[in-house]
Amino acid sequence: MSTMKYAVRDTSTMLRRSLKHMLRYPSMTLVLIGMPVVFLLLFVYVFGATLGDGLAGGGGRESYVNYMTPGVFLFSVVGTATATAVLVATDVTQGIIARLRTMAIFRPAILTAHVVGAVIQTMLGVAVVLGVALLVGFRPNAGPVEWLAVIGVLTLFVLAITWLAVGLGLKADSPETASNTPMPLMLLPFLGSGFVPTDSMPSWLGWFAEYQPFTPVIETVRGLLLGTPIGNNAAIAVAWCTGITVLCFLWSRSQFNREPTR
Amino acid sequence: MNSNSSQTAIHVAGLRKSFGDKVVLDGIGFDVPRGTIFSLLGPNGAGKTITVQILSTLIGSDGGELWVAGRDLAVDPDGVRAAIGVTGQYSAVDNLLTGEENLRLMGDLYHLDKRRVRPRVAELLDQFDLMEAARKPAATYSGGMRRRLDLAMTLIGDPEIIFLDEPTTGLDPRSRRAMWEIIRRLVADGVTIFLTTQYLEEADQLADRIALLDHGRFVAEGTADELKRLVPGGHVRLKFADAHGLQAAARVLGGVPQAEDELTLQVPSDGDVKSLRLLLGALDAESVEVVDLSIHKPDLDDVFLSLTGRPKEDVR
Repeated sequence: MSTMKYAVRDTSTMLRRSLKHMLRYPSMTLVLIGMPVVFLLLFVYVFGATLGDGLAGGGGRESYVNYMTPGVFLFSVVGTATATAVLVATDVTQGIIARLRTMAIFRPAILTAHVVGAVIQTMLGVAVVLGVALLVGFRPNAGPVEWLAVIGVLTLFVLAITWLAVGLGLKADSPETASNTPMPLMLLPFLGSGFVPTDSMPSWLGWFAEYQPFTPVIETVRGLLLGTPIGNNAAIAVAWCTGITVLCFLWSRSQFNREPTR
Repeated sequence: MNSNSSQTAIHVAGLRKSFGDKVVLDGIGFDVPRGTIFSLLGPNGAGKTITVQILSTLIGSDGGELWVAGRDLAVDPDGVRAAIGVTGQYSAVDNLLTGEENLRLMGDLYHLDKRRVRPRVAELLDQFDLMEAARKPAATYSGGMRRRLDLAMTLIGDPEIIFLDEPTTGLDPRSRRAMWEIIRRLVADGVTIFLTTQYLEEADQLADRIALLDHGRFVAEGTADELKRLVPGGHVRLKFADAHGLQAAARVLGGVPQAEDELTLQVPSDGDVKSLRLLLGALDAESVEVVDLSIHKPDLDDVFLSLTGRPKEDVR
Protein backbone atom coordinates (compact mmCIF):
# COMPACT_ATOMS: atom_id res chain seq x y z
CA MET A 1 0.00 0.00 0.00
CA SER A 2 1.42 3.32 -1.06
CA THR A 3 0.22 5.05 2.08
CA MET A 4 2.43 2.82 4.21
CA LYS A 5 5.38 5.16 3.89
CA TYR A 6 3.32 7.85 5.54
CA ALA A 7 2.56 5.73 8.61
CA VAL A 8 4.96 7.57 10.88
CA ARG A 9 4.26 11.06 9.60
CA ASP A 10 0.48 10.65 9.67
CA THR A 11 0.45 9.08 13.11
CA SER A 12 2.58 11.86 14.55
CA THR A 13 0.42 14.50 12.83
CA MET A 14 -2.72 13.00 14.33
CA LEU A 15 -1.05 12.57 17.72
CA ARG A 16 -0.08 16.25 17.73
CA ARG A 17 -3.73 16.99 17.12
CA SER A 18 -4.79 14.82 20.08
CA LEU A 19 -2.33 16.53 22.39
CA LYS A 20 -3.53 19.93 21.21
CA HIS A 21 -7.08 18.89 22.06
CA MET A 22 -5.91 18.24 25.60
CA LEU A 23 -4.58 21.77 25.88
CA ARG A 24 -7.60 23.29 24.09
CA TYR A 25 -10.03 21.59 26.38
CA PRO A 26 -8.43 22.43 29.72
CA SER A 27 -11.71 22.12 31.63
CA MET A 28 -12.00 18.49 30.57
CA THR A 29 -8.32 17.81 31.27
CA LEU A 30 -8.55 19.41 34.70
CA VAL A 31 -11.67 17.48 35.62
CA LEU A 32 -10.06 14.24 34.51
CA ILE A 33 -6.99 14.87 36.63
CA GLY A 34 -8.87 16.60 39.44
CA MET A 35 -11.61 14.05 40.03
CA PRO A 36 -9.35 11.21 41.14
CA VAL A 37 -7.45 13.65 43.38
CA VAL A 38 -10.70 14.73 45.00
CA PHE A 39 -11.64 11.08 45.53
CA LEU A 40 -8.24 10.40 47.00
CA LEU A 41 -8.52 13.27 49.48
CA LEU A 42 -12.15 12.43 50.29
CA PHE A 43 -11.37 8.82 51.05
CA VAL A 44 -8.21 9.57 52.98
CA TYR A 45 -9.48 12.39 55.15
CA VAL A 46 -13.19 11.59 55.47
CA PHE A 47 -13.47 7.80 55.38
CA GLY A 48 -9.81 6.91 55.82
CA ALA A 49 -9.55 6.51 59.58
CA THR A 50 -12.59 4.25 59.83
CA LEU A 51 -11.91 2.22 56.72
CA GLY A 52 -8.25 1.84 57.63
CA ASP A 53 -9.20 0.34 61.01
CA GLY A 54 -11.29 -2.23 59.17
CA LEU A 55 -8.37 -3.51 57.10
CA ALA A 56 -6.82 -6.83 58.08
CA GLY A 57 -3.91 -5.25 59.91
CA GLY A 58 -5.83 -2.17 61.13
CA GLY A 59 -3.72 0.97 61.14
CA GLY A 60 -6.22 3.76 60.51
CA ARG A 61 -5.70 6.54 57.98
CA GLU A 62 -2.00 5.81 57.32
CA SER A 63 -2.56 2.28 56.18
CA TYR A 64 -5.69 3.25 54.25
CA VAL A 65 -3.74 5.71 52.05
CA ASN A 66 -1.49 2.87 51.06
CA TYR A 67 -4.38 0.51 50.49
CA MET A 68 -6.51 2.74 48.28
CA THR A 69 -3.95 4.58 46.10
CA PRO A 70 -3.67 1.79 43.46
CA GLY A 71 -7.47 1.83 43.11
CA VAL A 72 -7.41 5.59 42.49
CA PHE A 73 -4.91 5.03 39.67
CA LEU A 74 -7.48 2.88 37.90
CA PHE A 75 -10.19 5.42 38.61
CA SER A 76 -7.97 7.93 36.83
CA VAL A 77 -7.61 5.62 33.83
CA VAL A 78 -11.36 5.22 33.48
CA GLY A 79 -11.91 8.98 33.64
CA THR A 80 -9.57 9.64 30.72
CA ALA A 81 -11.15 6.78 28.79
CA THR A 82 -14.50 8.56 29.03
CA ALA A 83 -12.91 11.63 27.47
CA THR A 84 -11.44 9.50 24.70
CA ALA A 85 -14.85 8.02 23.92
CA VAL A 86 -16.25 11.56 23.67
CA LEU A 87 -13.43 12.75 21.39
CA VAL A 88 -13.83 9.77 19.07
CA ALA A 89 -17.61 10.21 18.93
CA THR A 90 -17.09 13.91 18.17
CA ASP A 91 -14.80 13.02 15.27
CA VAL A 92 -17.48 10.72 13.90
CA THR A 93 -20.43 13.11 14.28
CA GLN A 94 -18.51 16.12 12.98
CA GLY A 95 -17.53 14.22 9.86
CA ILE A 96 -13.80 14.39 10.60
CA ILE A 97 -13.41 10.64 10.24
CA ALA A 98 -15.35 10.64 6.96
CA ARG A 99 -13.17 13.45 5.67
CA LEU A 100 -9.98 11.62 6.62
CA ARG A 101 -11.28 8.46 4.96
CA THR A 102 -11.44 10.28 1.61
CA MET A 103 -7.77 11.23 1.91
CA ALA A 104 -4.78 9.11 0.98
CA ILE A 105 -3.46 8.80 4.52
CA PHE A 106 -2.30 5.91 6.66
CA ARG A 107 -5.70 4.97 8.07
CA PRO A 108 -4.68 3.26 11.31
CA ALA A 109 -3.12 6.61 12.30
CA ILE A 110 -6.57 8.01 13.05
CA LEU A 111 -7.48 5.67 15.90
CA THR A 112 -3.91 4.96 16.96
CA ALA A 113 -3.34 8.66 17.62
CA HIS A 114 -6.40 8.75 19.88
CA VAL A 115 -5.08 5.77 21.82
CA VAL A 116 -1.51 7.03 22.15
CA GLY A 117 -2.79 10.47 23.17
CA ALA A 118 -4.99 8.85 25.80
CA VAL A 119 -2.09 6.80 27.16
CA ILE A 120 0.00 9.96 27.54
CA GLN A 121 -2.83 11.86 29.18
CA THR A 122 -3.62 8.98 31.53
CA MET A 123 -0.04 8.61 32.62
CA LEU A 124 0.11 12.33 33.37
CA GLY A 125 -3.08 11.96 35.42
CA VAL A 126 -1.71 8.96 37.29
CA ALA A 127 1.50 10.88 38.00
CA VAL A 128 -0.51 13.73 39.55
CA VAL A 129 -2.51 11.27 41.67
CA LEU A 130 0.75 9.64 42.76
CA GLY A 131 2.22 13.03 43.67
CA VAL A 132 -0.77 13.98 45.81
CA ALA A 133 -0.87 10.50 47.36
CA LEU A 134 2.79 10.82 48.39
CA LEU A 135 1.98 14.19 49.95
CA VAL A 136 -0.86 12.76 52.05
CA GLY A 137 1.10 9.79 53.33
CA PHE A 138 1.35 7.12 50.60
CA ARG A 139 4.53 5.18 51.36
CA PRO A 140 5.37 2.60 48.68
CA ASN A 141 8.41 0.41 49.28
CA ALA A 142 8.97 -0.54 45.64
CA GLY A 143 12.38 -0.57 43.98
CA PRO A 144 13.08 0.55 40.37
CA VAL A 145 12.18 -2.85 38.92
CA GLU A 146 8.82 -2.85 40.67
CA TRP A 147 8.13 0.70 39.50
CA LEU A 148 8.87 -0.30 35.92
CA ALA A 149 6.57 -3.28 36.32
CA VAL A 150 3.85 -0.95 37.67
CA ILE A 151 4.23 1.28 34.63
CA GLY A 152 4.03 -1.80 32.41
CA VAL A 153 0.88 -3.19 34.04
CA LEU A 154 -0.83 0.21 34.06
CA THR A 155 0.06 0.76 30.38
CA LEU A 156 -1.47 -2.60 29.47
CA PHE A 157 -4.56 -1.66 31.45
CA VAL A 158 -4.76 1.79 29.84
CA LEU A 159 -4.52 0.21 26.37
CA ALA A 160 -7.35 -2.19 27.19
CA ILE A 161 -9.68 0.45 28.62
CA THR A 162 -8.79 2.99 25.91
CA TRP A 163 -9.52 0.59 23.03
CA LEU A 164 -12.80 -0.20 24.76
CA ALA A 165 -13.46 3.56 24.93
CA VAL A 166 -12.58 3.98 21.23
CA GLY A 167 -15.04 1.22 20.36
CA LEU A 168 -17.75 2.83 22.50
CA GLY A 169 -17.00 6.21 20.93
CA LEU A 170 -17.35 4.81 17.40
CA LYS A 171 -20.55 3.03 18.40
CA ALA A 172 -22.14 6.08 20.02
CA ASP A 173 -24.51 8.15 17.92
CA SER A 174 -23.51 11.36 19.68
CA PRO A 175 -20.79 12.69 22.00
CA GLU A 176 -23.41 12.79 24.77
CA THR A 177 -24.05 9.05 24.46
CA ALA A 178 -20.32 8.49 24.37
CA SER A 179 -19.90 10.28 27.67
CA ASN A 180 -22.51 8.02 29.29
CA THR A 181 -21.70 4.55 28.04
CA PRO A 182 -18.31 4.24 29.82
CA MET A 183 -19.99 5.35 33.08
CA PRO A 184 -20.35 1.82 34.55
CA LEU A 185 -16.56 1.48 34.34
CA MET A 186 -16.35 4.21 37.00
CA LEU A 187 -17.96 1.79 39.45
CA LEU A 188 -15.57 -1.07 38.85
CA PRO A 189 -12.77 0.18 41.15
CA PHE A 190 -15.42 0.27 43.90
CA LEU A 191 -16.93 -3.09 42.98
CA GLY A 192 -13.47 -4.61 43.22
CA SER A 193 -10.63 -4.50 45.66
CA GLY A 194 -9.90 -0.81 45.06
CA PHE A 195 -11.33 0.68 48.22
CA VAL A 196 -12.16 -2.22 50.50
CA PRO A 197 -11.10 -5.90 50.48
CA THR A 198 -13.49 -8.08 48.48
CA ASP A 199 -13.99 -10.49 51.40
CA SER A 200 -15.72 -7.72 53.36
CA MET A 201 -18.55 -7.68 50.80
CA PRO A 202 -21.67 -9.90 50.75
CA SER A 203 -20.71 -13.18 49.12
CA TRP A 204 -22.51 -12.57 45.75
CA LEU A 205 -20.90 -9.15 45.37
CA GLY A 206 -17.58 -10.40 46.67
CA TRP A 207 -17.65 -13.10 43.99
CA PHE A 208 -18.13 -10.50 41.26
CA ALA A 209 -15.50 -8.23 42.82
CA GLU A 210 -13.02 -11.06 43.00
CA TYR A 211 -13.34 -12.10 39.36
CA GLN A 212 -13.85 -8.83 37.50
CA PRO A 213 -10.79 -7.58 35.58
CA PHE A 214 -10.03 -4.51 37.71
CA THR A 215 -9.30 -6.52 40.84
CA PRO A 216 -6.26 -8.49 39.60
CA VAL A 217 -4.83 -5.26 38.14
CA ILE A 218 -5.31 -3.47 41.47
CA GLU A 219 -3.87 -6.41 43.41
CA THR A 220 -0.83 -6.56 41.11
CA VAL A 221 -0.10 -2.84 41.36
CA ARG A 222 -0.65 -2.94 45.13
CA GLY A 223 1.66 -5.93 45.48
CA LEU A 224 4.39 -4.30 43.39
CA LEU A 225 4.23 -1.01 45.28
CA LEU A 226 3.64 -2.24 48.82
CA GLY A 227 4.89 -5.80 48.89
CA THR A 228 1.52 -7.47 49.50
CA PRO A 229 1.19 -10.96 48.01
CA ILE A 230 0.48 -10.94 44.26
CA GLY A 231 0.00 -14.64 43.65
CA ASN A 232 -1.39 -15.36 40.20
CA ASN A 233 -3.00 -11.92 39.96
CA ALA A 234 -0.24 -10.63 37.67
CA ALA A 235 -0.85 -13.36 35.12
CA ILE A 236 -4.63 -12.90 35.33
CA ALA A 237 -4.24 -9.12 34.96
CA VAL A 238 -2.05 -9.47 31.88
CA ALA A 239 -4.48 -12.00 30.39
CA TRP A 240 -7.49 -9.74 30.99
CA CYS A 241 -5.75 -6.66 29.61
CA THR A 242 -4.46 -8.46 26.52
CA GLY A 243 -7.82 -10.10 25.87
CA ILE A 244 -9.78 -6.85 26.22
CA THR A 245 -7.25 -4.98 24.08
CA VAL A 246 -7.39 -7.50 21.25
CA LEU A 247 -11.19 -7.79 21.27
CA CYS A 248 -11.81 -4.06 21.50
CA PHE A 249 -9.17 -3.32 18.89
CA LEU A 250 -10.85 -5.71 16.46
CA TRP A 251 -14.26 -4.32 17.35
CA SER A 252 -13.08 -0.74 16.81
CA ARG A 253 -11.35 -1.60 13.57
CA SER A 254 -14.40 -3.29 12.11
CA GLN A 255 -16.57 -0.34 13.11
CA PHE A 256 -14.07 2.07 11.60
CA ASN A 257 -13.94 0.20 8.30
CA ARG A 258 -17.68 -0.25 8.12
CA GLU A 259 -19.40 2.02 5.63
CA PRO A 260 -21.32 4.89 7.12
CA THR A 261 -25.01 4.15 6.58
CA ARG A 262 -26.25 7.69 7.16
CA MET B 1 -11.29 3.43 -23.81
CA ASN B 2 -12.87 6.80 -23.43
CA SER B 3 -12.98 6.97 -19.67
CA ASN B 4 -9.26 6.67 -19.52
CA SER B 5 -8.60 9.60 -21.76
CA SER B 6 -6.97 12.61 -20.23
CA GLN B 7 -9.99 14.73 -21.09
CA THR B 8 -12.39 12.95 -18.75
CA ALA B 9 -12.21 13.70 -15.04
CA ILE B 10 -15.06 11.46 -13.98
CA HIS B 11 -16.63 8.59 -15.90
CA VAL B 12 -19.62 6.80 -14.43
CA ALA B 13 -21.69 4.10 -16.10
CA GLY B 14 -24.48 2.02 -14.62
CA LEU B 15 -23.87 3.08 -11.01
CA ARG B 16 -26.14 1.21 -8.63
CA LYS B 17 -26.46 1.27 -4.86
CA SER B 18 -29.02 -0.18 -2.48
CA PHE B 19 -29.35 -0.25 1.26
CA GLY B 20 -31.16 -3.47 2.01
CA ASP B 21 -34.04 -3.57 -0.46
CA LYS B 22 -34.16 0.21 -0.76
CA VAL B 23 -32.68 1.20 -4.11
CA VAL B 24 -30.85 4.50 -3.70
CA LEU B 25 -29.09 4.77 -7.06
CA ASP B 26 -30.63 2.96 -9.98
CA GLY B 27 -28.06 2.81 -12.76
CA ILE B 28 -26.92 6.38 -13.33
CA GLY B 29 -24.18 7.31 -15.78
CA PHE B 30 -22.40 10.47 -16.89
CA ASP B 31 -19.04 11.91 -17.92
CA VAL B 32 -17.44 15.04 -16.56
CA PRO B 33 -14.80 16.63 -18.80
CA ARG B 34 -11.78 18.11 -17.05
CA GLY B 35 -12.01 21.73 -15.97
CA THR B 36 -15.81 21.84 -15.98
CA ILE B 37 -18.54 21.97 -13.37
CA PHE B 38 -21.01 19.13 -13.29
CA SER B 39 -24.01 19.60 -11.07
CA LEU B 40 -26.21 16.96 -9.57
CA LEU B 41 -29.51 18.59 -8.80
CA GLY B 42 -32.27 17.07 -6.79
CA PRO B 43 -34.39 17.23 -3.68
CA ASN B 44 -33.37 15.81 -0.31
CA GLY B 45 -33.13 12.05 -0.44
CA ALA B 46 -32.68 11.91 -4.23
CA GLY B 47 -29.28 10.19 -3.81
CA LYS B 48 -26.92 13.15 -4.26
CA THR B 49 -24.86 12.64 -1.13
CA ILE B 50 -24.63 8.90 -1.71
CA THR B 51 -23.23 9.56 -5.18
CA VAL B 52 -20.56 11.83 -3.70
CA GLN B 53 -19.78 9.28 -0.99
CA ILE B 54 -19.30 6.55 -3.57
CA LEU B 55 -17.20 8.64 -5.97
CA SER B 56 -15.03 9.92 -3.10
CA THR B 57 -14.27 6.31 -2.00
CA LEU B 58 -16.17 6.63 1.27
CA ILE B 59 -18.58 3.81 0.51
CA GLY B 60 -18.69 1.06 -2.07
CA SER B 61 -21.13 0.74 -4.94
CA ASP B 62 -23.21 -2.29 -5.84
CA GLY B 63 -22.22 -2.10 -9.48
CA GLY B 64 -21.13 0.14 -12.26
CA GLU B 65 -18.04 1.36 -14.01
CA LEU B 66 -16.42 4.17 -12.03
CA TRP B 67 -13.34 6.10 -13.09
CA VAL B 68 -12.15 9.17 -11.24
CA ALA B 69 -9.05 11.11 -12.28
CA GLY B 70 -8.11 8.36 -14.70
CA ARG B 71 -8.15 5.68 -12.03
CA ASP B 72 -10.54 2.82 -11.55
CA LEU B 73 -12.24 3.26 -8.18
CA ALA B 74 -12.45 -0.46 -7.62
CA VAL B 75 -8.76 -1.02 -8.32
CA ASP B 76 -6.96 2.06 -7.04
CA PRO B 77 -8.99 3.88 -4.37
CA ASP B 78 -5.82 5.37 -2.85
CA GLY B 79 -4.88 6.81 -6.24
CA VAL B 80 -8.32 8.39 -6.44
CA ARG B 81 -8.02 9.74 -2.90
CA ALA B 82 -4.73 11.40 -3.78
CA ALA B 83 -6.39 13.26 -6.66
CA ILE B 84 -9.63 14.44 -5.07
CA GLY B 85 -10.87 16.78 -2.40
CA VAL B 86 -14.23 16.55 -0.66
CA THR B 87 -16.14 19.31 1.07
CA GLY B 88 -19.33 17.96 2.51
CA GLN B 89 -22.66 19.35 3.49
CA TYR B 90 -21.68 19.64 7.13
CA SER B 91 -18.36 21.35 7.51
CA ALA B 92 -15.94 18.76 8.80
CA VAL B 93 -13.61 21.09 10.60
CA ASP B 94 -12.00 20.45 13.96
CA ASN B 95 -13.80 22.79 16.35
CA LEU B 96 -11.11 22.67 19.01
CA LEU B 97 -8.36 23.75 16.64
CA THR B 98 -7.95 27.23 15.21
CA GLY B 99 -8.49 27.91 11.52
CA GLU B 100 -4.76 28.00 10.99
CA GLU B 101 -4.21 24.72 12.84
CA ASN B 102 -6.98 23.05 10.85
CA LEU B 103 -5.25 24.06 7.63
CA ARG B 104 -1.86 22.97 8.86
CA LEU B 105 -3.31 19.61 9.93
CA MET B 106 -4.64 19.07 6.41
CA GLY B 107 -1.38 20.27 4.83
CA ASP B 108 0.47 17.64 6.85
CA LEU B 109 -2.06 14.94 6.03
CA TYR B 110 -1.86 15.77 2.32
CA HIS B 111 1.88 15.19 2.79
CA LEU B 112 2.98 18.59 1.59
CA ASP B 113 6.65 19.32 1.91
CA LYS B 114 7.07 20.54 5.52
CA ARG B 115 8.49 23.87 4.37
CA ARG B 116 5.58 24.44 2.02
CA VAL B 117 2.86 24.01 4.64
CA ARG B 118 3.28 27.33 6.41
CA PRO B 119 3.35 29.64 3.36
CA ARG B 120 0.49 27.73 1.73
CA VAL B 121 -1.61 28.05 4.91
CA ALA B 122 -0.98 31.80 5.00
CA GLU B 123 -1.88 32.09 1.33
CA LEU B 124 -5.19 30.25 1.78
CA LEU B 125 -6.13 32.19 4.92
CA ASP B 126 -5.64 35.35 2.95
CA GLN B 127 -7.44 34.11 -0.15
CA PHE B 128 -10.44 32.95 1.87
CA ASP B 129 -10.64 36.05 4.00
CA LEU B 130 -9.86 34.18 7.21
CA MET B 131 -6.69 36.02 8.22
CA GLU B 132 -8.32 37.84 11.12
CA ALA B 133 -9.87 34.71 12.58
CA ALA B 134 -6.85 32.51 11.90
CA ARG B 135 -5.92 32.14 15.56
CA LYS B 136 -9.45 31.63 16.86
CA PRO B 137 -10.95 28.17 17.43
CA ALA B 138 -13.16 27.05 14.52
CA ALA B 139 -16.02 26.61 17.01
CA THR B 140 -16.37 30.40 17.08
CA TYR B 141 -16.71 30.73 13.27
CA SER B 142 -19.92 31.74 11.47
CA GLY B 143 -21.53 29.37 8.97
CA GLY B 144 -19.96 31.12 5.99
CA MET B 145 -16.52 31.15 7.60
CA ARG B 146 -16.74 27.44 8.38
CA ARG B 147 -17.59 26.61 4.76
CA ARG B 148 -14.70 28.73 3.54
CA LEU B 149 -12.33 27.09 6.01
CA ASP B 150 -13.65 23.68 5.00
CA LEU B 151 -13.03 24.40 1.32
CA ALA B 152 -9.60 25.88 2.05
CA MET B 153 -8.75 22.65 3.92
CA THR B 154 -9.64 20.72 0.78
CA LEU B 155 -7.65 23.05 -1.49
CA ILE B 156 -4.43 22.81 0.46
CA GLY B 157 -3.99 19.40 -1.14
CA ASP B 158 -4.26 20.89 -4.65
CA PRO B 159 -6.84 18.34 -5.79
CA GLU B 160 -7.59 17.87 -9.50
CA ILE B 161 -11.22 17.14 -8.77
CA ILE B 162 -13.31 18.63 -5.98
CA PHE B 163 -16.59 17.21 -4.75
CA LEU B 164 -18.78 19.88 -3.26
CA ASP B 165 -21.79 18.41 -1.52
CA GLU B 166 -24.33 21.19 -1.10
CA PRO B 167 -21.66 23.80 -0.43
CA THR B 168 -24.09 26.66 0.12
CA THR B 169 -26.97 24.96 1.93
CA GLY B 170 -27.87 27.11 4.92
CA LEU B 171 -25.72 30.07 3.91
CA ASP B 172 -27.04 33.62 3.65
CA PRO B 173 -27.23 35.10 0.12
CA ARG B 174 -24.04 37.09 0.50
CA SER B 175 -21.97 34.12 1.67
CA ARG B 176 -23.55 32.05 -1.08
CA ARG B 177 -22.43 34.48 -3.76
CA ALA B 178 -18.96 34.61 -2.23
CA MET B 179 -18.83 30.80 -2.44
CA TRP B 180 -19.94 30.90 -6.09
CA GLU B 181 -17.14 33.33 -6.86
CA ILE B 182 -14.62 30.99 -5.25
CA ILE B 183 -15.96 28.03 -7.23
CA ARG B 184 -15.71 29.98 -10.51
CA ARG B 185 -12.12 30.91 -9.75
CA LEU B 186 -11.25 27.28 -9.06
CA VAL B 187 -12.61 26.18 -12.41
CA ALA B 188 -10.74 29.00 -14.12
CA ASP B 189 -7.60 27.46 -12.61
CA GLY B 190 -8.40 24.15 -14.25
CA VAL B 191 -10.01 22.26 -11.37
CA THR B 192 -12.94 19.97 -12.10
CA ILE B 193 -15.95 20.42 -9.82
CA PHE B 194 -18.64 17.90 -9.00
CA LEU B 195 -21.35 19.92 -7.32
CA THR B 196 -24.54 18.75 -5.69
CA THR B 197 -27.22 21.24 -4.85
CA GLN B 198 -30.90 21.56 -4.16
CA TYR B 199 -30.84 25.12 -5.46
CA LEU B 200 -31.87 25.38 -9.08
CA GLU B 201 -30.38 28.83 -9.33
CA GLU B 202 -27.03 27.55 -8.13
CA ALA B 203 -26.84 24.87 -10.81
CA ASP B 204 -28.03 27.39 -13.39
CA GLN B 205 -25.35 29.90 -12.33
CA LEU B 206 -22.40 27.56 -12.08
CA ALA B 207 -22.75 24.29 -13.92
CA ASP B 208 -21.63 23.44 -17.43
CA ARG B 209 -23.81 20.38 -17.31
CA ILE B 210 -26.63 19.48 -15.00
CA ALA B 211 -28.22 16.15 -14.17
CA LEU B 212 -31.59 16.07 -12.48
CA LEU B 213 -31.63 13.25 -9.97
CA ASP B 214 -34.88 11.93 -8.62
CA HIS B 215 -35.34 8.72 -6.66
CA GLY B 216 -31.94 7.48 -7.73
CA ARG B 217 -32.44 8.03 -11.46
CA PHE B 218 -31.55 10.77 -13.87
CA VAL B 219 -34.74 12.34 -15.15
CA ALA B 220 -32.74 14.64 -17.44
CA GLU B 221 -29.19 15.63 -18.23
CA GLY B 222 -27.73 18.48 -20.27
CA THR B 223 -26.77 22.13 -20.15
CA ALA B 224 -29.11 24.46 -18.30
CA ASP B 225 -30.44 25.74 -21.62
CA GLU B 226 -30.97 22.27 -23.01
CA LEU B 227 -32.91 21.31 -19.94
CA LYS B 228 -35.06 24.39 -20.12
CA ARG B 229 -35.94 23.57 -23.69
CA LEU B 230 -37.27 20.20 -22.56
CA VAL B 231 -40.37 21.76 -21.15
CA PRO B 232 -43.03 23.61 -23.06
CA GLY B 233 -43.98 27.09 -21.95
CA GLY B 234 -41.25 29.21 -23.49
CA HIS B 235 -42.70 32.29 -25.07
CA VAL B 236 -42.00 35.79 -26.33
CA ARG B 237 -44.02 38.71 -25.08
CA LEU B 238 -44.43 41.62 -27.47
CA LYS B 239 -45.75 45.06 -26.62
CA PHE B 240 -47.19 47.37 -29.24
CA ALA B 241 -47.75 51.13 -29.45
CA ASP B 242 -51.43 50.87 -30.34
CA ALA B 243 -54.32 48.45 -30.93
CA HIS B 244 -53.76 48.55 -34.67
CA GLY B 245 -50.26 47.16 -34.26
CA LEU B 246 -51.52 44.48 -31.91
CA GLN B 247 -54.20 43.32 -34.28
CA ALA B 248 -51.80 43.26 -37.22
CA ALA B 249 -49.32 41.23 -35.21
CA ALA B 250 -51.97 38.82 -33.99
CA ARG B 251 -53.02 38.26 -37.57
CA VAL B 252 -49.44 37.56 -38.69
CA LEU B 253 -48.26 35.52 -35.72
CA GLY B 254 -51.43 33.97 -34.40
CA GLY B 255 -50.60 34.69 -30.77
CA VAL B 256 -52.98 35.35 -27.89
CA PRO B 257 -53.51 38.92 -26.71
CA GLN B 258 -53.02 39.24 -22.96
CA ALA B 259 -56.30 39.87 -21.19
CA GLU B 260 -54.95 42.29 -18.61
CA ASP B 261 -53.05 44.38 -21.10
CA GLU B 262 -54.68 44.95 -24.46
CA LEU B 263 -51.44 45.96 -26.14
CA THR B 264 -49.41 42.87 -25.32
CA LEU B 265 -49.20 39.68 -27.34
CA GLN B 266 -47.79 36.34 -26.11
CA VAL B 267 -46.28 34.10 -28.78
CA PRO B 268 -44.98 30.59 -28.12
CA SER B 269 -41.27 30.36 -28.90
CA ASP B 270 -38.18 28.58 -27.65
CA GLY B 271 -36.56 32.00 -27.53
CA ASP B 272 -33.44 31.31 -29.57
CA VAL B 273 -31.96 33.89 -31.91
CA LYS B 274 -33.03 32.21 -35.11
CA SER B 275 -36.73 32.04 -34.24
CA LEU B 276 -36.66 35.60 -32.89
CA ARG B 277 -35.20 36.84 -36.17
CA LEU B 278 -37.95 35.09 -38.13
CA LEU B 279 -40.59 36.50 -35.82
CA LEU B 280 -39.35 40.07 -36.01
CA GLY B 281 -38.82 39.70 -39.76
CA ALA B 282 -42.49 38.76 -40.18
CA LEU B 283 -43.57 41.82 -38.19
CA ASP B 284 -41.20 44.08 -40.16
CA ALA B 285 -42.70 42.86 -43.40
CA GLU B 286 -46.10 44.09 -42.14
CA SER B 287 -44.51 47.32 -40.82
CA VAL B 288 -45.72 46.62 -37.28
CA GLU B 289 -43.80 48.56 -34.64
CA VAL B 290 -42.77 46.65 -31.51
CA VAL B 291 -42.34 48.83 -28.42
CA ASP B 292 -41.02 46.18 -26.08
CA LEU B 293 -40.01 42.55 -26.29
CA SER B 294 -39.24 40.07 -23.54
CA ILE B 295 -38.24 36.41 -23.74
CA HIS B 296 -39.49 33.97 -21.16
CA LYS B 297 -37.56 30.78 -21.08
CA PRO B 298 -38.80 28.18 -18.63
CA ASP B 299 -36.51 28.07 -15.62
CA LEU B 300 -35.20 24.94 -13.98
CA ASP B 301 -38.10 25.10 -11.55
CA ASP B 302 -40.42 24.44 -14.46
CA VAL B 303 -38.15 21.69 -15.70
CA PHE B 304 -38.09 19.92 -12.40
CA LEU B 305 -41.80 20.24 -11.92
CA SER B 306 -42.64 18.97 -15.35
CA LEU B 307 -40.17 16.08 -15.24
CA THR B 308 -40.85 14.80 -11.75
CA GLY B 309 -44.48 15.79 -11.46
CA ARG B 310 -43.86 17.22 -8.03
CA PRO B 311 -44.26 20.79 -6.87
CA LYS B 312 -41.07 22.76 -6.72
CA GLU B 313 -41.45 23.50 -2.99
CA ASP B 314 -40.02 20.07 -2.67
CA VAL B 315 -36.92 21.25 -4.42
CA ARG B 316 -36.68 24.83 -3.18
